[in-house]
Amino acid sequence: MTDVPTAVVQRQMVVDAPIEQAFTVFTGRLGDFKPPEHNMLGSPIAETVFETHVGGHIYDRGVDGTECRWARVLAFDPPNRVMFSWDISPQWQIESDPDHTSEVEVRFIAESPQRTRVELEHRHLDRHGPGWESLSDGVAGDQGWPLYLARYAALMSETR
Amino acid sequence: MTYQKRDGWSILGDRTRRAIVECLAERPMAVVELAEKLPVSRPAVSQHLKMLKGAGLVAERSSGTRRIYRLNPIAVEALRDQLDTFWSRALAGYDDLVEQTKEAKT
Repeated sequence: MTDVPTAVVQRQMVVDAPIEQAFTVFTGRLGDFKPPEHNMLGSPIAETVFETHVGGHIYDRGVDGTECRWARVLAFDPPNRVMFSWDISPQWQIESDPDHTSEVEVRFIAESPQRTRVELEHRHLDRHGPGWESLSDGVAGDQGWPLYLARYAALMSETR
Repeated sequence: MTYQKRDGWSILGDRTRRAIVECLAERPMAVVELAEKLPVSRPAVSQHLKMLKGAGLVAERSSGTRRIYRLNPIAVEALRDQLDTFWSRALAGYDDLVEQTKEAKT
């Protein structure tokens, strides 16, 4: 598959904090700032754990004790860089095939002793597949289309 | 061409076009193959494909004398959209939290 130019999300911002603190808050408190409605557990999230070593995971733990491992830590270089896989499918389910997962890299660059630039890149989104596979299963009933079309309609209204 | 302006809802509101999309979800196909699978004529299939293409749902490429149709990986863009929103909100929350952490320290 050729490179899809839209297969990457890039964001950057400057925070008013030293690089060490910027890194610590990002990795240590991810659960406190990621949008809460993205929850794959059956119960509310008690905490999000970011394991601080390569080979570790990022996982949500529900109040009922269940766990959901949704990322593998691929690089952990405090305070400069962290990289993890995104094992979540477009249908917001855990993706167990690593070939169908994307990758998030976050770089921290000191602009001054008190200011840090944070560059986030979520890339290889096309590895998740075009998403049509689930469509062929889902369209038999009426369940597949509304979800898919809603997403599609939202996309079209934005790109127009 | 007016159909280019129509959105995905109306384009996929047609049963035959949905059937075409379902077929192409399995694998890329030529018009002949689609016409064999569906209870419609080849010219009709071509017409529907034209509309699907106009809406950006389907892409074509030439293979010898045949044109092979496949689904556009639109969902990649939809996914990008979704994740862009996710990270935008996450980073806004992150920024707030960094501020709070700083206030707590001082």
